[in-house]
Amino acid sequence: MQTLLFGDIATLASEMVIALAAMALLMIGVFRGDRSTRLVAWLSVLTLAAALALLLDGGDSTTIALRGMFVADPFALFAKVVVLLGSAFAIVLSMAYIEREGMARFEYPVLILFATLGMMMMVSANNLMALYLGVELQSLALYVVAALRRDSLRSTEAGLKYFVLGALSSGMLLYGCSLIYGFTGTTSFESLSALFLDRGAQPSLGLLIGLVFLISGLAFKVSAVPFHMWAPDVYEGAPTPVTAFFAVAPKVAAMALFLRAVIAPFIELVGQWQQIIVFIAIASMLLGAFAAIHQTNIKRLMAYSSIGHMGYALVGLAAGTPEGVRGVLVYLAIYAAMNVGAFALILTMRQKGGMVEGISDLAGLSRTHPFRAGFFAIFMFSLAGIPPLAGFFAKFYVFIAAVNAGLYALAVIGVLASVVGAYYYLRIVKIMYFDAPTEPFVRPIGGEMTVIVGLTGAFTLLYVFYPAPLIAAAQTAAQALFR
Amino acid sequence: MVIQQIAFYLFSFVAIASAFMVIAARNPVHSVLFLILTFFNAAGLFVLLGAEFLAMILVIVYVGAVAVLFLFVVMMLDINFTELRHGFLQYLPVGAAVGIVLMIELLFVLGTWITAPEAKLGGESPISATATNTHALGQILYTDYVYLFQGAGILLLVAMIGAIVLTLRSREGVRRQSASEQTGRRRADAIEIKKVAPGQGI
Repeated sequence: MQTLLFGDIATLASEMVIALAAMALLMIGVFRGDRSTRLVAWLSVLTLAAALALLLDGGDSTTIALRGMFVADPFALFAKVVVLLGSAFAIVLSMAYIEREGMARFEYPVLILFATLGMMMMVSANNLMALYLGVELQSLALYVVAALRRDSLRSTEAGLKYFVLGALSSGMLLYGCSLIYGFTGTTSFESLSALFLDRGAQPSLGLLIGLVFLISGLAFKVSAVPFHMWAPDVYEGAPTPVTAFFAVAPKVAAMALFLRAVIAPFIELVGQWQQIIVFIAIASMLLGAFAAIHQTNIKRLMAYSSIGHMGYALVGLAAGTPEGVRGVLVYLAIYAAMNVGAFALILTMRQKGGMVEGISDLAGLSRTHPFRAGFFAIFMFSLAGIPPLAGFFAKFYVFIAAVNAGLYALAVIGVLASVVGAYYYLRIVKIMYFDAPTEPFVRPIGGEMTVIVGLTGAFTLLYVFYPAPLIAAAQTAAQALFR
Repeated sequence: MVIQQIAFYLFSFVAIASAFMVIAARNPVHSVLFLILTFFNAAGLFVLLGAEFLAMILVIVYVGAVAVLFLFVVMMLDINFTELRHGFLQYLPVGAAVGIVLMIELLFVLGTWITAPEAKLGGESPISATATNTHALGQILYTDYVYLFQGAGILLLVAMIGAIVLTLRSREGVRRQSASEQTGRRRADAIEIKKVAPGQGI
C-alpha cells in the first residue's frame, strides 16, 4: 500500500506554495481589513515569484504524481511560467487602479492567487476529473473578480453573465467528460491514449459526441467562436485591471488545457477532431477581424482582438503536429506579453474626470504623450502581425505549421483575416498620430507601469534578434505532449 | 441465514410501514418521529448488506441532525399542516404517475439482470473482505483521490470567499453584541446611587 510520498509533494511544490500562501494572506486580510490590500497584493506577487522559482528549480523532467491525476512535464512548465508571469503582472498593474477607484479589497489579490492555482491545476491535469476541478477553481474565482465592483451595474452584469454562461459551458464540459467515461470506462489521459493506440482509429459514436462536447466546453473557456458571446460584454463591464487579467493568464491556461485535453488522450483520433478545430479557428479569426472594426470602446475592441488571436492560436492546434503545438505555445507567450503591455497603457487612460475607455479619447496621444503613443503603436503593430515585431513571428509559426500539415485553405484564410484585422489596429495608430488632440491624460503613470510597459515593449520589439530560447523551450514542451 | 432473513423482513416491513405513516399521520410531530423510525430501519438494512459505515452515517447525519432539525422546524414554526395537506387528493394523480414511472424503471433494471445475467457482473462492486468499509472509503477519498479531494476543498473555500465578497456589507447603526463588554460591565457603570433627602422625593 502506497501512501502519499514526499516525491508527490515535491512535484506539487509551487501549487502548494500558492495554495498555502493564499490562505495565509486571506487571514492577514481578514484580521487587518482592507487597509492591508497593498501589503497583501505585494505578498501575492512575491508568492507568485516564489512559485515561479520553485517551478524553474524543479527542472523539466516528466513526473506523474498523485495516482496519475497530476502531471509535471515541460509542457506544463512552459504554460505555468507564462501563467505565473501573467498573473503577477496583472496584480502589479491593478494596484494603483484599485486604490484610486475605491475597490481596494484584500480579497482581490487572494482571489487572483486562487485563480492562478486553478490554472496551474488545469495545465497539469492528467485526468478528466482533475481537468474539470482546475477549470472550476479558476472560473469560480474569475466570476467573483469580474463582479468585484458590486456597486457598478456594468461590473455586476459582467459577473452575472460570465457566471451563467460559464455554468452552461461547465455543464457541456462535464457532459462530454461523462460520455467519454461512459464509452471508454476511464478518465485517465494515459489510458485513453493507450486505448486508441490498441484499437486503431475506429471510436464509437458516443465517444465522438463526448469529444465534441468537451471541445465545446473548452472553446467556451478560450472564447472561440461560436462560444464567444460572453467575451465582449465581460471585457467591457469588468473593471479594467480585471479585464487585463482575463485577457492574459486565463486565456493562456485555457488554451494550454485545450492542447493537452485534445492531444494527450486523443491524438490518434486527429482525423475526427481536426475538422472541428479548423472550423472554430476560421470562425474565430473572421469574427475577430470583422466584428472589431466598428467598436468604439477600447476594451471591447481588445475582446474581439483576443477572440481573433485565439483563432490564430487554434490554427496551430488544427495542424495536430508537434510543430503546430510549438507554434501555439510561442503564440501564447507573445500574445501574453503584447496584451500585458497594451492593457498597462489602457490603464493609464485617465483624464481629470476619471478613467476613459473610448478609442477616440486616444486622439493626438503622440503630441501629448509621445512615449505612451510610441509604445502603444508598437503593441498595435505587433498585434496586427507586422514584421519585425514579435506578433508577426507568432502568426508565422502557426501558419507554417498549418501549411506543413497540408491545411492550405486554413493558412490562407488566416493570413487574409489578419490583413482585415490589421485595419483596426492601424486605425488606433492613425487616431493617436494624426488626429487633433483632445483632453490630455493625467501625467504620472506610476513606476510599476513604466517598468511593465518597458519590459513587454522591449520583448515585443527585440524578440526578432534573440528568438532561440523561447523557441527551444516551446519545442521541448511540444515534444512532451506527443510522448 | 434464517435470522438474517427474519431481520431483513422485519426491517423492511417496519421501514415501509413507518414511511407510509410519515405521510399519513395527522400530527406533523408524529410524522417526523416516524421519519426517524424509517431512518433507523434503513440503517438496519445497510448493516445487513455489510455497509456498516453508511449505516452509522445515516444514523448520525439523518437521525442526529436532519430529522432533529425537522422536528425543531415543525415545533417552532407555526405552519398550518392541515391547510398544506388540503390539496392532497388533487395532486394524487400526478404523484401516482411519477410513482408508476419509477416503478417501471426499477422493473427495467431488474429485468436486465434476469434477461442478461452477465450485465450484473459489470455493475457489481463487492465489499472487500480484507478492509472495513471505513478503511476502504478512506483509502479512496484520502489516498487515491486526495488531489481531487483537496482541490474540491479549495474550490469550496473560493465559493465561500466569493459569496462573502459579493454580499457582505458593513451596515451603519447596527447594535452588535460584545461579550467582553457585557461581562466587563461593573455595578458602577449601571447603577447610580442618589441620596434622596427625606420627605422631598426626587
